[in-house]
Amino acid sequence: MRTLSRLFSFLFPFWPQVLLSVLLGALTIGSSIALMSTSAWLISTAAIALSVADLGVSVVSTRLFGVSRAVFRYAERLVSHSLTFRILARLRVWFYQAIEPLAPARLVSARSGDLLSRVIADVETLDNLFVRVLAPPMVAVVIVLGMAVFMGRFDFLLGLVITLFLLAVGAGLTAFSLLLNRRLGKQLVETRSILRADLVDSVQGLPDLMAFGQETAWLERIKQSGRVFSAVQTRMAQLNGLQSGLNSLLTGLGVWLMLFFAIPLVSTGKIDGVYLAVIVLGSLASFEAVQNLPQAAQLLEANLQSARRLFEIADQSPAVTDPAEPLPQPASADLRVSQLHFSYEVHLPPVLSDLSFDLPPGKKLAIVGPSGAGKSTIASLLMRFWDAEGIFLDGKDVRAYRQVDVRRMFSLVSQNTYLFNATLRENLLLARPWASQEEIESACQTAQLHRFILSLPHGYETMVGERGLQLSGGERQRVAIARALLKNAPIFIFDEPTANLDAVTERNLVETLQAIIATRSVVWITHRLIGLEAMDEILVLDSGRIVQRGTQAELLAQEGLYRKMWDLQNRALL
Amino acid sequence: MFSRRLLALARSSQLALVLTIVLGFLGGLLTILQAWVLARIITEVFLNGLARDAVLGLLAALLGVVVLKAGAVWGSEVSANVVAQRVKSDLRERLVTHLTALGPAYTQSERTGELALSAVEGVENLESYFSQYLPQLVLAASIPLSVLLLVFPLDPLSGLVFALTAPLVPFFMILIGRSGEALTSRQFETLRHLSAHFYDVLQGLTTLKALNQSRSQAGVIGEVAERYRDVTMQVLRITFLSALALEFLTTISTAIIAVEIGFRLLYRNMEFLPAFFILVLAPDFYLPLRLLGLRFHAGMSGVSAAKRIFEILDLPVRQPPGVVREQYDVRRLITFEEISFQAVSFTYPDRSTPALEDVTFSILPGKTTALVGASGAGKTTIANLLMRFIEPQSGMIQVGTLALSHIPVEFWRTQIGWVPQTPYLFSDTIAANLRLAKPDATESDLLCACERAGLLDFIQSLPEGLQTQIGERGARLSGGQAQRLALARAFLKDAPFLLLDEPTSSLDPALEAALQASVQQLMQGRTVLVIAHRLATVYQADQIVVLDSGKVVEKGTHEELRVANGFYARLIRNA
Repeated sequence: MRTLSRLFSFLFPFWPQVLLSVLLGALTIGSSIALMSTSAWLISTAAIALSVADLGVSVVSTRLFGVSRAVFRYAERLVSHSLTFRILARLRVWFYQAIEPLAPARLVSARSGDLLSRVIADVETLDNLFVRVLAPPMVAVVIVLGMAVFMGRFDFLLGLVITLFLLAVGAGLTAFSLLLNRRLGKQLVETRSILRADLVDSVQGLPDLMAFGQETAWLERIKQSGRVFSAVQTRMAQLNGLQSGLNSLLTGLGVWLMLFFAIPLVSTGKIDGVYLAVIVLGSLASFEAVQNLPQAAQLLEANLQSARRLFEIADQSPAVTDPAEPLPQPASADLRVSQLHFSYEVHLPPVLSDLSFDLPPGKKLAIVGPSGAGKSTIASLLMRFWDAEGIFLDGKDVRAYRQVDVRRMFSLVSQNTYLFNATLRENLLLARPWASQEEIESACQTAQLHRFILSLPHGYETMVGERGLQLSGGERQRVAIARALLKNAPIFIFDEPTANLDAVTERNLVETLQAIIATRSVVWITHRLIGLEAMDEILVLDSGRIVQRGTQAELLAQEGLYRKMWDLQNRALL
Repeated sequence: MFSRRLLALARSSQLALVLTIVLGFLGGLLTILQAWVLARIITEVFLNGLARDAVLGLLAALLGVVVLKAGAVWGSEVSANVVAQRVKSDLRERLVTHLTALGPAYTQSERTGELALSAVEGVENLESYFSQYLPQLVLAASIPLSVLLLVFPLDPLSGLVFALTAPLVPFFMILIGRSGEALTSRQFETLRHLSAHFYDVLQGLTTLKALNQSRSQAGVIGEVAERYRDVTMQVLRITFLSALALEFLTTISTAIIAVEIGFRLLYRNMEFLPAFFILVLAPDFYLPLRLLGLRFHAGMSGVSAAKRIFEILDLPVRQPPGVVREQYDVRRLITFEEISFQAVSFTYPDRSTPALEDVTFSILPGKTTALVGASGAGKTTIANLLMRFIEPQSGMIQVGTLALSHIPVEFWRTQIGWVPQTPYLFSDTIAANLRLAKPDATESDLLCACERAGLLDFIQSLPEGLQTQIGERGARLSGGQAQRLALARAFLKDAPFLLLDEPTSSLDPALEAALQASVQQLMQGRTVLVIAHRLATVYQADQIVVLDSGKVVEKGTHEELRVANGFYARLIRNA
């Protein structure tokens, strides 16, 4: 219920459109009822009338209702679709604003990719909330009330019967369908996903299956999971068929009862005979309003589940917040890390233990170590994606500053540079929205990207594709470097900037980076021991602890992890 | 829309299909009967002044019709489902069998792999075609026709209105179908763009934060959505017009008929009973046609899914060459005799340059042969040929004195321990993933293999051990763990010939040493072909085959090749 009322709150700002849409929906079905009622009255009256005058306005109104339904429907669809787009925009903006403070700390897990695609699917599910879920019952309520009054004016009993049967279909069958869905729906989803996984495996894992001679056994497995799924689907179809049958039965029965009770009223003269046909055909037409409510209810279930998941994500408290009374922006880029301990969650083992280093302006520090040693966590902590005790900027704890002021001090080039599906210029401008063309070009020249960009047919207006995949890995990293240069923060952080690049590209990129950092503070995080001779200090990290520190020459002179990594690196072939 | 080939699929469930059609048609006839009885009752009461007791028989008949009709609706849905289920499982099995016959060369190719996947997943789309669209198509064809046959003798003029407007319904329906398709695809496109943008921003959120630009994006998201609303609404205003026309057509013709028969009643040119009967029937006349329009899309997606499936089923399967089933002691041949490539060439479909050209070399029994070359040099193609995922287009591969193509492929594969760089992880338990290599392996076999592959510590650290779910719906294994799983499979299989795609080295000294030890142990006492990525491996190989652009450029031991100072020597120096 709470979820539902929160969902309704998304509609609230648009109440005039909601009202209009429901009104038009009711008028659409109302037109059908009116068309059948006036037609019935027209024919009945004509059968006993003596002159055209007796037909009154019924001829005109029959024609009118014949036209109005289509017009109302058209208007209703326009209004409701426009409304859907508004809700959709509001939903996305709301969700974005809710999770922006959470990123990335609360959004990364072992399967963060899944989380995001899940979120997208859930938001998309909610797109049809109004048109297909909330509007039909609201329209139905209007029609049921209207029919109760319409038929009740002939006789109280008739009003009662039509109301009961409309409710029986609209509420009773809907409840039945929900109940059925709750029980079987889950099974259906589960068995379908097992079958789907088996099928996907049979295609993508075919080499492995064939290599082990298991292709026939796997086909048997698919047959088996197909049978299980099919059995659930069959039970579902039987119950759905039952629901359709009941729908037809209740409609027929309702109309039959209306007839049954109306006949004596005609015989006794309480109702004029011409209205008998009106009562029957009008009632028959009114069932259109409740016919699709069971489907709407099933969708509501899906919508509520999606909404619950979204609210659950959005309701988390952020890992990093700004202090109530922040210090002014740090005056110098004097960075000091002292006895830093960190673990992602309380019960997890520490990722970093007792880490200390100084980075006065202009110093070049490298942090190396095997994967999983905790190197990237340091970058995340410096950027304040997570918070920990022991990081000081300009002599003060970073948590005393506003987040934006801390991030202003760092230009980050990470291994998974994200490029947006937009033009190169737009991607670059993100780093400094007000940058001039000269500034952009100069950054790209330094990043050795400018000439490549000019060689493209659309130059700086080239679209980089989804996740920048139209560019090569090396080009993407150069865009990231150009961004970092545009941002022009006093401290550069390189977090494995050459990961996933081939050897030649890696070497070129390292050369570019070294030219850039000559005059800046740098934290260079890497597991590739290339270009580290230029570093003032190298920290060797293993399982979150510093096991060695010194310059490259010093470290190579010692027996230790650094030497081992160095040897290993030079033993690889290609 | 009405694909003969699709219908042929339902042949195995003909009875259920006939039942679906018969029950659907029966439901239609009962609708007409219901209208007739209703008209009778109202005539008797309204015009002839009969009391309820006098029409009780008719009322009972009406009730019977209502109940029967509900039964027909239920029955036809249930039997339509039977058809759909049977068609789907038949097709699923045929498709998977066919894909297996086409082999990894088809399913793993970047271009066709997607097709295969979407075809397999598209089988479900046939559900709605058979359970919704097809029955509705039958109704849409039969009910209006029956109504026309009844109405014409009763009142030719109304019959004419029906007959003239009915063909317009499918006409508008097709128009709606087309523009509707454009509409749904446009709407779909719009939503896809919106979602893609939203997804893009969410994925890049960390980057935006690093650039201090994350807060301003909320406004951008709103603007993008608003822009799409404007564009889409302009299109919708026009596309909804054809739906308006259809809606208009069916209601206005009901109105026209009502007025037309009303006037003839007034001038006593017509009886009340047939007049009222026709009026009751009018909405039912158009309803099946309109419902067909609603289900048109479900039908179309079924047809297009079927098209993709048939395209794959129509691909010819390469006939396995004549297999000699003579009683060779093939095992002896493989273990103790050499496997030789003789002028083998292979070009992948849709490629202009050959992946392998005139390749000749031998894999010596009991020895280790290393394949060396840049990516794209043809190393993987050689492995695929040995696995017989593909066959040479010219030249031949010999095992001892026997052509490889003459050895039964199932038997041949039992002789190879295959260790790919990244094994495929099936959505199942670790145990099931291991048992692929040896279905009857006991739990202790599995643990033993894991120990030798260096995977045991990891497995013991999992709360559910070997029963832990992995793959798409379970835990993710790291690259190193997946490689070990592949090694464990090879230990389990214990085949005499080992085909090893060596993992590219990581830079964790501890892990690296452990992995090396496992690989060494696996290679013990076997004939090995290794695609090498480490210097240590080529040092120890008995023979190195150097490939460049699909050709063998050098052969020999590490020492020989180093001294020769050719392609290999240059390769080593660059490393």
